[in-house]
Order: sequence, then structure tokens, then C-alpha cells
Amino acid sequence: MTQPAPAAEAATHKSTPADGGSPWRTAFARADVRTLSLLGVLAALIVIGGITQPDSFLDSDNVQLILTQASVIGVVTVGMTFVIISGGIDLSVGAIVALASVWATTVATQEYGFAGILFTAVIVGMGCGLVNGLLIAYGAIVPFIATLAMLAAGRGLALQITDGKTQMVTVDGVLKLGERDSYILGIPPLVLVFAAVTVAGWLILNRTTFGRRSVAVGGNAEAARLAGIDVRRQRLYLYLLSGLCCGIAAFLLIILSGSGQNTNGNLYELDAIAAVIIGGTLLSGGRGTITGSVLGVLIFTTIQNIFALNNLETATQQIAKGAIIVAAVLVQRRSATTT
Amino acid sequence: MPSHTSRRGLLFGAAALSTGALITGCTSNESKDDDSDDKSQQVADDRPGKKVTIGFAGPQADHGWLNAINDNAKKRAEKYADVTLEATEGSNDTAAQIGQVETLINKKVDVLVVLPADGKALTQVGLKAMRAGIPVVNLDRVFASPQAYRCWIGGDNYGMGLSAGHYIGEKLKDKKNARVVELAGLDNLELTKQRSKGFDDALKNYPNIKKVARQAADFTVESGQSKMSQLLQAQKNFDALWNHDDDQGVGALRAIKQAGRDDFLMVGGAGALSAMQAIEADNSVLKATVLYPPTMAASAIDLARALGQGKGINGMAEFEIPSFVTCYSAVVDKENVGQYMSTGFK
Repeated sequence: MTQPAPAAEAATHKSTPADGGSPWRTAFARADVRTLSLLGVLAALIVIGGITQPDSFLDSDNVQLILTQASVIGVVTVGMTFVIISGGIDLSVGAIVALASVWATTVATQEYGFAGILFTAVIVGMGCGLVNGLLIAYGAIVPFIATLAMLAAGRGLALQITDGKTQMVTVDGVLKLGERDSYILGIPPLVLVFAAVTVAGWLILNRTTFGRRSVAVGGNAEAARLAGIDVRRQRLYLYLLSGLCCGIAAFLLIILSGSGQNTNGNLYELDAIAAVIIGGTLLSGGRGTITGSVLGVLIFTTIQNIFALNNLETATQQIAKGAIIVAAVLVQRRSATTT
Repeated sequence: MPSHTSRRGLLFGAAALSTGALITGCTSNESKDDDSDDKSQQVADDRPGKKVTIGFAGPQADHGWLNAINDNAKKRAEKYADVTLEATEGSNDTAAQIGQVETLINKKVDVLVVLPADGKALTQVGLKAMRAGIPVVNLDRVFASPQAYRCWIGGDNYGMGLSAGHYIGEKLKDKKNARVVELAGLDNLELTKQRSKGFDDALKNYPNIKKVARQAADFTVESGQSKMSQLLQAQKNFDALWNHDDDQGVGALRAIKQAGRDDFLMVGGAGALSAMQAIEADNSVLKATVLYPPTMAASAIDLARALGQGKGINGMAEFEIPSFVTCYSAVVDKENVGQYMSTGFK
């Protein structure tokens, strides 16, 4: 296993436990081209940004800005990638981020300082993920419905906790992390967390039994069960993992915005799903990559940044965003099938 | 309760001002003095009168301002011994809200106060209430037909833009080639367009000022932070920023702090407590906020009570309450923030 990163990654995705040697090469080539085409889209965007706004787009502040803004949704997307690879869906991610962020910023929690906020965010995220997982794995409720219910209930609970009010963060240590003084070698701490979650996600998916089982469950749940995988427990863990990612994302959002609000994480479910799909993960499960998803997030964030720098109107932004999603998927599918 | 009375007086004063045109139109040349004794018995005041049940269908409080609307209505109703408030659960859903208003009609409340999720969509049920003999006080988001309400009270979005534009204009009028940036609210809403239009119209009075960028956020802290940080990146220098909403302003201020910028003045919108505190402290770029007063909900209860008791309102010559009351979008800055602090919402 000494291939460069994307190759190794691609290889393992395709190779479910039943998969042996021969499809290995083609799988590697395919997924690699997929990743390259995404990099191509990103490069094209960077060129567009550089041409339209040469002064502001390419300076280091803006690169930091893009990466920072990608961090929150990026962490959510890593969790979503696992869920979708396993053939599931998690519509509740935005609501979980909202709930975790408002719970973690309630006045009582803030008395316990930095650790209190972080701990609460993560626990609330995992708690929601656990409920999702139990409903889906042991309650036999389809993921779409179970997580839709969590979306509604989570948003409702977040609204009830805040009473519609914005909860300001008063813990200095948390606020500082979002400001320039805390950059490590010019990298905002949020971006480091995003990078760490990405690497961890990649390792779990490609180098662990857990990762292989996730792919196997998504590819063919019945076959996976016959192969001795405890499919239900695996599903439970996957939604728990997604909830954990939401909890971490909520903490990042608290750092970024200095507050908790029940409207946090608005439409994250759609943004995360779009990034995962653009990243080449099959919505039906069984195949997918963390690298692709993260590139998908970066593409989205870069587009938004270019729009704002060029002062585009909201309507134009939305139309262009739609067009770019379709273009990215088309380019990707084309390059994947022609190889 | 002296502060209460003065605020009340202020609101009714504003009501009187904004309906000035109406009054001059209606009163003709009859001598008002002759009726004044007779009229004084008709005016609503704090003394308990005929019992009135007011049905209130408010919005889902998922935003600071909307929350303040519900609070204001409930608190004002509690103040009156003769008022019973039948408040429904707030809703953003048109169908659900229609159902709630119909329930209130069936309960035969005396007067209805409705802040519709969507004014146009709630028009039919407003008409139904009026036909059933229940006068409707339409709060803020206006029904499509004047027949659907007895009285409308609400804010002035265009006026907010005007006030913000004039305030910024006066601050920058001596500066050559001044540059202004606008962080608008949710572009899907008509009110956002009205605020921008008012702002642009006001800036036309100051040819030295140019609006160099406008981006829309979603009225949330998160969107405010995200859009503002990009605006700051795009505009390396500008002199003033108008932000439509103080909730998203929390995020915008955070982005400004994160970017380490302090080379411009910022004017907010709506009148959140946090904004007023920042203006009072005077330690950030936020120097003023333009009101969209949530106290209009308290005034709506006053008007509904007066309607239910068949009385006019203090400070006006009419026997009846006015049919249209537009709240003024006052600018709150360091000079007058003390006066408005109590109306700031969390």
C-alpha cells in the first residue's frame, strides 16, 4: 500500500471485502480521474477568480477566508459521506448543528467555559446521531423518514431552547480561536480541525474494517449480512459518526460566529448532500470518497467567494450555482466513463 | 410605570403624526373644540373599561424581532385588567395560520390582531373575520385587500432605508468620493427590496457618495458573518456600511472584528438590544441603528382594545381609531440611545 493518497483511497472504495485483485486497476484509474476532474473544476474556478478579481482573490487573506468558511460545512460533509456510502441519508445534519450550537451556548453551559461548550456540542451531536441510528438500525425506519423527523424535532427543540433569541458567547477562549491572533503558521484553527477530520475520515474509510464494512453495507446490505457483518450495528455507528461530525461543526460555528442561534446550519443537509454527490459518491451507496466530498465543499465555497467578490446579485448567484452543480457532475461523469 | 406611559404616549404621538394627512383630509373645517368634551369620554385610557377578548395570531418566533413582537403583544395585554388575550402558537406556515385564525373566529373573540406569515395569503381569512363582525388589526405584513382589516399598523421598510441613507449621507457629506457598502437582508423578501430602494433614494441626495457593493444575507448570524467577511475581502476600503438587520449584524460585527477592520462606520437595522448596547459602549464600528420598532405589537393591542371598547385614541380628534398607522424608522445613535434602550430586543 504505497500508492499516492487519492489512488489508495480510490482503490479501497471499490474493493469491497468480496472484491479481489483484477478490478483493482480500473477502479484506481476511474476514481483517480474523478478526483482529477474535480481538481480541474476547482482550478478553473481559481483561474476565474484570479482573472475577475486579481487583487483580492489570490491574496492569503482570501485563501484563509475560503478555507475557514469551508470548515464548518466540510466537517458535516465528511460525516455525510460515510452515511451516503452506506446507502443511507442524513437530512438532520443542519438541525443537529443548530441544536448542538444552541445547547452548547446556553448560559449554564458557558459557566463551565471552553470545555463545557465543546463537550456539550459533541455530546448533543452524538446524542442526536444515536437516536437516528437506533431508529434506522433497530426501529427499521427508513433513513429518509427517521432523519426527516430528527430535522423537525431538532429545529423545534433548538427554537424552544433559545426562544428565538441569539445566544452570545461570553467565553473568551472560544472567541479568541476565531480571531487572527490564534492562527497557527498562518492557518486558522478551524481549518486545522477541518483538515484533521478529513484525514481521520479518510483513514477510517480506507484503512479500517469499519470503513470496509460501511462500503459493503452500502453496496449490498444482504450480502454484507451473509458475509458476517452486523449490518444493524454498523448503521447505528454510521449515524453516530455523522452526529459526532455535526457536534464538531457546531463547535466550529460557535467559534466563527461568536454565538448560537436556532437558525444555524440552515440548509446544511442540502449543501452537504450536494458536495458528496459532486464528489462522486453514489447516492445509492457502495462507492464514494472523502477526497471527492471535500473537493466538492471547496468548489462550493470558492464559487460563493467569487460571487461575493464580484458583487453578483442573489438571483444571479443562485442560477450560476445551479448551472455549476450540473456542469461539475457532467464533467465528472464523462471523464469517469471515458477512461 | 412612568416609563410605560411615556412610551405609550410616544407611540400614539407617532401614530398621530403618520396619519396627519388622513386627519387633515377628514376633519374638514368643523370646529374641533366644540366636540372635545364629548370626545374625551370616548378616548381609550388605562382605566378598566368594557371587557375585551383579543385574538392574537402571531409569527413563529425564530428571529429576535419576531420574538419581540410576541413578547410586546403579550406584555401589553397583561397590563390591562379588561383585556383577555387568546394567543395562538406562532406559525410561519400559511395553512396552519389560516386554521388558527379560523379557530379564533369560531371562539368569537371581540377583536383579532394578526401578523400574517404572508399578508397576501392570509387575506381571505381576514375578510372572513371582518364579515363575521370581528374587526381585524393587521400587524406589519399587510393584507392584499383593505376590506380584510379595520386597521393596519406596521413598520416602514422604505423609510428604514431612507433614514439609514440620510444618516450616512450627513456623516459623509464632506468627504470626497465616499464609498458605501450595503449588507442587505433576505433577498426573497419584498421588504428587503424596499429597504434597499429607500437607501438608494436617500443617497441620491449626496452626489459625493457611491454605493460600491451590495450583498444579501439571510437575517441570521451565520449568514451575516459569512457574507460580511467576503464583502470585507472584496472592498479593501469604504467609508460606511448599512446592514439591514441587527441579528445578522451580530455575525457581521464578528466578521469585522475577525478581519481587524475599523476604518468605516456601520449603521444597523431593527433595534436589537445588543446593537444598542454596542452603540452606547461606542467601542466598535457600529454607530447607529435604524428602528423597525417591535413595540408596534403593543400598539396593536392598544388599538384592538380601543376598537373593542368603541373608543378613539388619545391625542387625536377622531372618534374612531385610524385605519392606517405607519411607525417611524427613527435612527438611534449615541445621542439618544438611552431613550430607546428599553425597546431593544434580545
